Amino acid sequence: MTAPARYLIRGAALLGRERADLLIADGIIAEVGTGLSAAGATLIDADGLVALPGLVDLHTHLREPGREDAETVETGTRAAAKGGFTAVHAMANSTPVADTAGVVEQVYSLGRRAGWVEVRPVGAVTVGLGGTQLAEIGAMADSRAGVRVFSDDGVCVSDPVLMRRALEYVKAFNGVIAQHAQEPRLTEGAQMNEGAVSAVLGLTGWPAVAEESIIARDVLLAHHVQSRLHVCHVSTAGSVDIIRWAKARGIRVTAEVTPHHLLLTDELVRSYNPVYKVNPPLRTGEDVQALREALADGTIDIVGTDHAPHPSEHKECEWAQAAMGMTGLETALSVVQHTMINSGLMDWEGFARVTSRAPAAIGGLEQQGRPCVAGEAANVTLVDPAARWVVDPDKMATMGRNSPFAGTELPGAVHATFFRGHPTVLDGRLNTPHPTAAEESTWTG
Amino acid sequence: MRHLLSTRDLSRQDAIEILDVAEEMSAVGEREIKKLPALRGRTVVNLFFEDSTRTRISFEAAAKRLSADVITFAVKGSSVSKGESLKDTAQTLEAMSADAVVIRHWASGAPARLATSDWIDAAVINAGDGMHEHPTQALLDAFTLRRHWAKISGVPAIGSDLSSMAVTIVGDVLHSRVARSNLWLLKTLGASVTLVAPPTLVPVGAEAWPCRITYDLDEALAARPDAVMMLRLQAERMNAAFFPSTREYSRRWGFDDARLAALDTHGLEHTVIMHPGPMNRGLEISAGAADSPRSTVLAQVRNGVSVRMAALYLLLSGEHQATSVPATTQLTQENSR
Repeated sequence: MTAPARYLIRGAALLGRERADLLIADGIIAEVGTGLSAAGATLIDADGLVALPGLVDLHTHLREPGREDAETVETGTRAAAKGGFTAVHAMANSTPVADTAGVVEQVYSLGRRAGWVEVRPVGAVTVGLGGTQLAEIGAMADSRAGVRVFSDDGVCVSDPVLMRRALEYVKAFNGVIAQHAQEPRLTEGAQMNEGAVSAVLGLTGWPAVAEESIIARDVLLAHHVQSRLHVCHVSTAGSVDIIRWAKARGIRVTAEVTPHHLLLTDELVRSYNPVYKVNPPLRTGEDVQALREALADGTIDIVGTDHAPHPSEHKECEWAQAAMGMTGLETALSVVQHTMINSGLMDWEGFARVTSRAPAAIGGLEQQGRPCVAGEAANVTLVDPAARWVVDPDKMATMGRNSPFAGTELPGAVHATFFRGHPTVLDGRLNTPHPTAAEESTWTG
Repeated sequence: MRHLLSTRDLSRQDAIEILDVAEEMSAVGEREIKKLPALRGRTVVNLFFEDSTRTRISFEAAAKRLSADVITFAVKGSSVSKGESLKDTAQTLEAMSADAVVIRHWASGAPARLATSDWIDAAVINAGDGMHEHPTQALLDAFTLRRHWAKISGVPAIGSDLSSMAVTIVGDVLHSRVARSNLWLLKTLGASVTLVAPPTLVPVGAEAWPCRITYDLDEALAARPDAVMMLRLQAERMNAAFFPSTREYSRRWGFDDARLAALDTHGLEHTVIMHPGPMNRGLEISAGAADSPRSTVLAQVRNGVSVRMAALYLLLSGEHQATSVPATTQLTQENSR
């Protein structure tokens, strides 16, 4: 690598507040102050930019191994870097399922070789996401991948006994179960939110109660066995009420919301355009408002993208035939700025909490979500909050073209992403992966 | 009008125009030579992803009476994605220069996908999509009701609507595209609508619909409807715990002989009984009711051809331009040839 290892970021507003210079050298923030010397360093003019801890996604589908036609670890992590992320958690529903130490180590190694962000695999709770037998959670925890988050995401761990055992078992590794809350019998054949719009469109409903009843059960189980629960992609106002109640009682539950559930509603389904088909489904305007307020007041802890790329043929079809899911890594920052900051609900300090600090804490990532002070690992994102851009899926780094924001003008753009001191994104464009990526040989090697 | 996808987005003016043109088409069906040259050289494709002999032959007869070339493309309906996609099928039809596609599909919204995608340029007619809509069924029902309403009011059917008519729709509203299309069109034409169904077969969200909903058929009949429309009970609903048994369903929500007699008791001389067919005799409707003079079942089938002729004619002959006045004029000229 010929690129200089020292960067001086001049005049960034730290968390949107006081302006300071950041000297990045040897992978860490070497110095924070004003009027720092740029000698020997590449100067980055950060006038008007906000410096944030690199974003951390607790919920990413990288599709590899198995569906490399949809996304690979390489393309998915490029998209992550472009979106301002320095770490992502790769969900377990690959083919084969990430339910053994071998698969999670493979994904971990692919992430190291790509070098765009830190890739932390999520392990499956049950063998093959089958919901009947616990996967080898201990082996995954002890593996090189050091898995701490376990989830059958895409499928709910609906068996209450199995869920109880999983919650208990991960206490041995300080792990957390991330639940995809969806009562399976109440959602057989479900296509969209059940309500006024589904009644008109004649699409089978996915009722809010199917999410809320599982969350209610799980917070009571977590309380009973004194374990940690994380609730993936909360989508209804009723779920917010239950989580608020649980937190007030001291139950150790954390919750996540996706950017799309903070902005979009089921009214969009009237077009029958499957780009709006997602699980859990888009809900109503009242749900959107409740989710925003819950994220602002801390009832919901984090934003998770649920980035779910699909090949075009899985969306260019009838609604009922289409795959569920939307891309999200490259629009998350802008959507959260639009819905939470520009609406006055949150400042950049709050933004850093929900997109970086809290998800890093839930995932147990020690080098992520840290304050911008000297000595910390240099995982830093520079954002231009005044920028506006029109979403064009064809220009994205992800292989997925299924963005529900296509054609929408959004605020806020990533100017630079520093991953362990290396700029993976510069001037809003992908730069190069971290130089140590080359050191990771084949995962078997 | 570029496509006919739903009655919900059909304006009163367009609806009345279709019904009026259908009246003229109906006159053609009474002639010795039941054929017009209006769509000569145009190609209509019947694209059926779901079995439906009745609707398919009705559209086929309609297109042929207008001298269009008719191609029937029956894709074995399956909810599992295999074989050719809707996109590839549509592009194949586009390559064959189809002017109109009449599509029946088990998936709600499939006709809308065809119409709004860039896969095909043809006019799209929804011949029934999933649980969403079946607009030509609602139009033929409205046509049948309008003739009846005009006759007892002593006014010409052409140009009139269904103002102050009370229509009661009974049965599996949740899964019924016929109920949805009828509700929207009847409201547009000025009728008031009551839905009667077991609570398990009323969609969540229907409370926002512009109609009255009741669970009691006898109470609904006592409210003096001008028409009672019975919905078909699909076989696959019968064992899915929506109601305890077909016998209980039939007792509470079937139009049986006792309810037929109740129309007389209530003094409802002109009230008609409708059914979109095919009927489950003895289940949602008794043989006595189906075959009574009040039944409009066969008139509905007959009117179906006229209404579908009107829809095809308006979509294809006046393509991309206003169709109202010229359509009628041109038709008259052709009639006189």
